[in-house]
Amino acid sequence: MARRIAIGDQRLESEVFNRRAVAAVILVFIACSILLFQLYGLQVTQYAHYQTRSDDNHMQLQSVAPMRGLILDRDGVLLADNQPSYRLVVTPSRAGNIDALLGRLSEFIEFDDRELRRFNRVILGRQSFQQTPLKFNLSNQELALFAVKQHQFPGVEVLATSTRYYPQHEYFTHTLGYVGRMNRADQQRMDAKNYRATTHIGKLGLEKYYEDILHGEVGYQHDEINAQGRRQRVLRTEQAKSGVDLKLSLVTEVQKVATNALGSRRGAIVAIDPNNGDVLAFVSMPSFDPNLFVNGISQKAYSELRLNSDQPLFNRALIGQYPPGSTVKPVIALAALESNQINAENTIFAGPYFQIPKQSRRYRDWKKGGHGRVDLKLALAQSCDVYFYKLGFAMGIKPMHDMLTRFNLGDKLGLDTMGEARGLVPSAAWKKRIHDEAWYPGESVITSIGQGYLLATPLQLAQMTARLAMNGLGYKPRFVIAQRKTKEDGFVPLEPTVLPSIDLKQQEHWQQVLSGMRAVVNGRTGTARNISRGARYDIAGKSGTAQVIGIAQNAEYEEADIAQHLRDHALFIAYAPVDQPKIAVAVIVENGGSGSRVAAPIARKVMDAYLLKGMTDGP
Amino acid sequence: MAHNVNSLTARPIWLIYQFFKLDGLLFTALVLLSLSGLMVLYSASGGDIALVQRQALRLAVGFIGLLVMAQIPIDKLRAWSIVLYVVGLVLLFLVLVAGDSAKGAQRWLSFGVIRFQPSEVMKIWVPMMMAFYFSTRLIPPKLKDVVIGFVLLATPAVLILKQPDLGTAILVTSSGLFVIFLAGLRTRVIMSLIAIGIAAAPIIWFKLHDYQRTRILTLLNPESDPLNAGYHIIQSKIAIGSGGIYGKGWLNGTQSRLDFIPERSTDFIFSVFTEEFGFLGAVVLILAYLFIVMRGLVIAANAQSNYAKLLGGAISLSFFSYVFVNIGMVTGLLPVVGVPLPLISYGGTSMVTLLTMFGILMSIHSHKKLLGN
Repeated sequence: MARRIAIGDQRLESEVFNRRAVAAVILVFIACSILLFQLYGLQVTQYAHYQTRSDDNHMQLQSVAPMRGLILDRDGVLLADNQPSYRLVVTPSRAGNIDALLGRLSEFIEFDDRELRRFNRVILGRQSFQQTPLKFNLSNQELALFAVKQHQFPGVEVLATSTRYYPQHEYFTHTLGYVGRMNRADQQRMDAKNYRATTHIGKLGLEKYYEDILHGEVGYQHDEINAQGRRQRVLRTEQAKSGVDLKLSLVTEVQKVATNALGSRRGAIVAIDPNNGDVLAFVSMPSFDPNLFVNGISQKAYSELRLNSDQPLFNRALIGQYPPGSTVKPVIALAALESNQINAENTIFAGPYFQIPKQSRRYRDWKKGGHGRVDLKLALAQSCDVYFYKLGFAMGIKPMHDMLTRFNLGDKLGLDTMGEARGLVPSAAWKKRIHDEAWYPGESVITSIGQGYLLATPLQLAQMTARLAMNGLGYKPRFVIAQRKTKEDGFVPLEPTVLPSIDLKQQEHWQQVLSGMRAVVNGRTGTARNISRGARYDIAGKSGTAQVIGIAQNAEYEEADIAQHLRDHALFIAYAPVDQPKIAVAVIVENGGSGSRVAAPIARKVMDAYLLKGMTDGP
Repeated sequence: MAHNVNSLTARPIWLIYQFFKLDGLLFTALVLLSLSGLMVLYSASGGDIALVQRQALRLAVGFIGLLVMAQIPIDKLRAWSIVLYVVGLVLLFLVLVAGDSAKGAQRWLSFGVIRFQPSEVMKIWVPMMMAFYFSTRLIPPKLKDVVIGFVLLATPAVLILKQPDLGTAILVTSSGLFVIFLAGLRTRVIMSLIAIGIAAAPIIWFKLHDYQRTRILTLLNPESDPLNAGYHIIQSKIAIGSGGIYGKGWLNGTQSRLDFIPERSTDFIFSVFTEEFGFLGAVVLILAYLFIVMRGLVIAANAQSNYAKLLGGAISLSFFSYVFVNIGMVTGLLPVVGVPLPLISYGGTSMVTLLTMFGILMSIHSHKKLLGN
């Protein structure tokens, strides 16, 4: 064998090898070129494509819901707060089979059917890479259990968020309203981009009225996720912009005193600062806890509220329309004075009843024996019905309608909340239009004592009182007195809105009517003289007792004989201090009976709470 | 000329190379590449320093193997060629009847505590045998010699294929083919063999295992099955493509760090590298490999004996074929066959095999000089 090598031509063999080696080098270069060509294609030509796919792989954009604006009372007491809460969210595209997932999760987390239905509905309408809340307000136990098992649930995460909380519970419900979960209609109505991460929206009251500024602006979080879909870290955050904080005119102490003064009775109380229209108390009873609605009220609890005969869901202060009864007498008196029907000093004989000439119907006075000869002041103090029957009959509906309207009755006041009722101030034209009937003089007679067609909300009565107190000056009632964009900025106060003032032909008419109102409380025979006892300031007021049913001509109204829900409504309006009014109050107690006996003491408590607030020694 | 050599050899580092019978250029390139590999591995493993230390230890063992091999005169090696080849065939046969299974293939033999993969050493022993056989024939070889050569090559290749281990079978086969090619197989024979190969492709196709067929189909259209078979290729291409020209930076590859790249420390480590170092990094790396291949071929061309020439050339080209198959695989040019990237992928066996092969090249280099003098 060795001989064969020796035979081989060394030089030739070397040449063969070298030629082949060169060929190999060429092949190697070609191979390298192929690789580089391929790499160039991937990394240079198609770079943008692969860059996008790489980003899609590992980056996930999550919308971050902004922190909802807080709502505080005048003194900074929190009325609507955000509390930390934890919710379970699912990213369907990473979670695999949803039904199987829910099955495994329900082994240690309780779901109710409504939550599951909602979740299943929501994920259908969303893109599958978006997080969708599955359960709100996880309990500590559920949190702990999930933390242990989290690795078994790719695409499922616990998200720290905040939930609306109303720390004053039922005290402010009819002002604040509440937030609730967004439903499909909400989602269609609101800006999809800004509400992408938002789950709750104002449904009622201030929460709804100020939704656009309370909500804030959506933020974004760019998360880095790994191949298993688990979040690794936050790459970049565009902070969500918190909603605007609102400072209300309401005073929590006064609100609570007013609420407790009504107690278990149905009714409403509205107190207004006559100097600027600030609503100081806004009570409708019974009330309910708005926190029930935040994360979905149970069917049972909702039925109980809805079917409750006391109607806790009904906002009496804003939407309740009541015959104002004798509380409108000061305004009727102004109408009569301004239309020159009477002179304040002149006395009129007021018997037990009034009759329109040539008519048989008797318009009774509340006082069986009548009041005898009374002037305006005494007529107001004693709430003499016959005196006003005569005025009403003499002047007709027109002056009354006009004056009531000037006091903002019969129309919305423009309070900054949802769904205010208009009330009703009748006129001949109105009756013609609605009932297609002529206006009868008898209707003017009963309108003069606040009965008949006339309807007013407690809010309107409070506004009327405030304008009486201010000799016709008026402000648009309001809840929100200041707004704060950020904590650093501090609250920026809002200017009150001045309404056109009520200018009388004769200025002394104010004094003549208001002295009558003062006599209601301070006069020897005033209907509400009971509330002047121990008062450390001067009160003017007017009681009212509104009929709920008509009493037959020859029958007597006997409280004890009449079913509770048909009894008279008790009303009282008041302002104080008389020489420098700071608060005007309207109180209505449904089926409460006598205004002076039932409603007036409540008004006194409210005024005490406000005017004596911060004073160490009680009255 | 002599002065130049003296001034070069006067440097202490060159004296060390000379003492250990090493080629300075090749050795330096190998060390630099291996150290760069550790750096890439650190990133690919997600900063697992223990894993990098294990690999560094294997590198050290491999380089000791290289030094040992460099000391063995190439003629001694030549004398062992037949024995090693026969032993190798026996071991391959034993693997099939008594081997350990891992991942559905029988590749390992256990000798007490030592587990051993005979197909791996055949990457060296087969080209040694082929080089030995053709060095005893006339160059260029006659047809009869070529046929015998193919039989020598096919026997271990088929045994490896039976395990089954397609990747290693291809590498072993190609190492033998390189010998035949370098020995001067006539061009028309090569052409006819290629033609036969194309004709036989359908038969080979039916002989393949299902998973092997799937890999080839997946290669042709990875997006057809993005969540299963195509996933590796797609994620690898995304990693490479998103690296762009300059790369995302060391330790900043999102595809690798976040687990999107499969087998990122081993077979797919090139994807990690290119994601982080971009097209420029890839060019530099490929040039480094090219340099090593060229240096190896130069050493082979300068060798005195045909055995040394053929073996040295085959080793160099085999080395290149590993690089090509691996990069071709992760860039979506070739099917996924499980070939590590030389000197960079995590893993001990292939590392030691490779460095042993380079030890043979060193021996060819240094012993040529002695002969030359």
